[in-house]
Amino acid sequence: MKISEMRMPTLREVGVEARLLLIGIPVLIWTLIPIYHMFLFAISPKQDAFSGKLWPDHPTLHNFEIVFRQQHYFLRDFWAQFGNSVVIAVSVGVLTLLIATAAAFAISRLRVPGGRAVMNLALFTYFIPAAFLAVPMYRTMGSYGLLNNHWALILAMVTIASPYAIWVLKQASDKLPVELDEAAIMDGATTLQLFRLVYLPLMMPSLVAVGTYALLLAWNEYLYAFLLLSKDTEITLPVALGNFLAADDSPWELLMTTGFIYALPPAAVYYTFKRYMVGGLTAGAVKS
Amino acid sequence: MTSIAISHADDAVPVKPRGPRLTTPQVWGLVLIAPYLLVFLAFVVYPIGYGLWLARHPASYVALYNDPIFARAAVNTLIFLVIGINIKMLIALFLSGFFAQSRGWIKWLSVLFILPWAVPSIPTILSVRFMFNPEWGVVNHLIFKLTGEDGPNWLNDPAIALTMAIGMHIWKSLPFWTLILMTGRMAIPQDQFEAAEVDGANVWQKFRFVTWPSMRTLYLTCTLLSMIWTLGDFNSVYLLTGGGPADLTHVLATLGIRYLRLDQLDMSMASIVCALPLVLPLVYFMMKRLSR
Repeated sequence: MKISEMRMPTLREVGVEARLLLIGIPVLIWTLIPIYHMFLFAISPKQDAFSGKLWPDHPTLHNFEIVFRQQHYFLRDFWAQFGNSVVIAVSVGVLTLLIATAAAFAISRLRVPGGRAVMNLALFTYFIPAAFLAVPMYRTMGSYGLLNNHWALILAMVTIASPYAIWVLKQASDKLPVELDEAAIMDGATTLQLFRLVYLPLMMPSLVAVGTYALLLAWNEYLYAFLLLSKDTEITLPVALGNFLAADDSPWELLMTTGFIYALPPAAVYYTFKRYMVGGLTAGAVKS
Repeated sequence: MTSIAISHADDAVPVKPRGPRLTTPQVWGLVLIAPYLLVFLAFVVYPIGYGLWLARHPASYVALYNDPIFARAAVNTLIFLVIGINIKMLIALFLSGFFAQSRGWIKWLSVLFILPWAVPSIPTILSVRFMFNPEWGVVNHLIFKLTGEDGPNWLNDPAIALTMAIGMHIWKSLPFWTLILMTGRMAIPQDQFEAAEVDGANVWQKFRFVTWPSMRTLYLTCTLLSMIWTLGDFNSVYLLTGGGPADLTHVLATLGIRYLRLDQLDMSMASIVCALPLVLPLVYFMMKRLSR
């Protein structure tokens, strides 16, 4: 330990630290209360949940058992709904990646005629609030005969996720030096080889970021899911959670348990890919 | 196959400086951009056209004008945007300075602070809804324990309910904007602060003359972008208040769904068309900024 670290802190330093704590502690409480409240319900037996205690007298995993075994009317399709959420989120992630990578490569590297116009159209879509498109999208899916079909939600979410995905990928690929492409073409690479062997490996971090973004967007979506899907075995988890509100006597502790289970995978994905998310997405989200 | 056909054409036709001919990479470019264009035509152009067509009757707008719930929703949306967003961005600006401090415990706090953004909004909104349930919620339970009196009927009072919806929105999106503003703050060269320190600047002066000038544009962009996104914030209102009590806390994002449920499709679309004069200038401004 260095000598400077062993000395007593000065009064001024203590004051600064105290002021920082005065900000930090309220921020921590504000951030955690809704999540902790949910967690508390999830581990409390039904009679304890409403007692207003900070920690239950008899914490239990019984609620999780009920959810996993689908032992309640509201939960009879839990696993089907969990599966729907997984299938739809993964499909949206993969499809968005395919469509956006191809488009970004065409616009940024191949300089396809009209590429700039397409980029602007995509940006326009990105800025239109998704809730405004929901009702026309609902009718459109109806006229395509896709309502109550997973494809309706997958295609709608791909539509919403693609513009930002293309924009992020285009920004990233504009930064790759042109000389790379020229060198590869000199060596006789075809366009497809250029895409596969040069472009994709260099773009990997942005691709991870964009894929994660689309996946999480689809997993978290409520409005479109609740408009486009309605059968109990076809809906996704957030819609099922919303349906708990239909009854006044709905079992809160089970709703909070299901909500907790539903919130875990995206949080895990987010923290796993955080460095890509922060580097690849947020920096590009707002260019000053 | 296409590329072979094109290169034959290249051989046959003498080179012209300009013309409609495409090079092989450009043909590939068109092939690769086609999937997105198909998605765009089928799921953006068609729905928007269809929506505008549904909203073509002047009678729908007269009906909207006469619907007090529409006027209320428009006012609520403005309160949400003008007051809610500005409070949120000011807090984010303040906290970005807090989280930029290099201390171990602040690093850990910032990991937890991002949680509201990392978890889906539905379970946490429902959690808050239960916390504030007047009969069984933990908030009124505590109020009763401490004061012996019944707490307010939170979500049944339109003013409190709207405030809570705004609070919910701030809770969810504050971490994201704090993070963005923090990135902007970190990009300011440290020697500028050192120079200000040498000149004897205090904390406020350092913010006023060093931090703010470099962050002004970013802050404005963030505020406008947040306004656009907040216009589409359906969840914070719909799942917390359901638009109630008595349809008094609707915003434009939830009003469209309300009309859809009442089977008034034309009103639903017309209410969105009415928001366009507010949305399109913001969109235009953002596009100009981002498409450079």
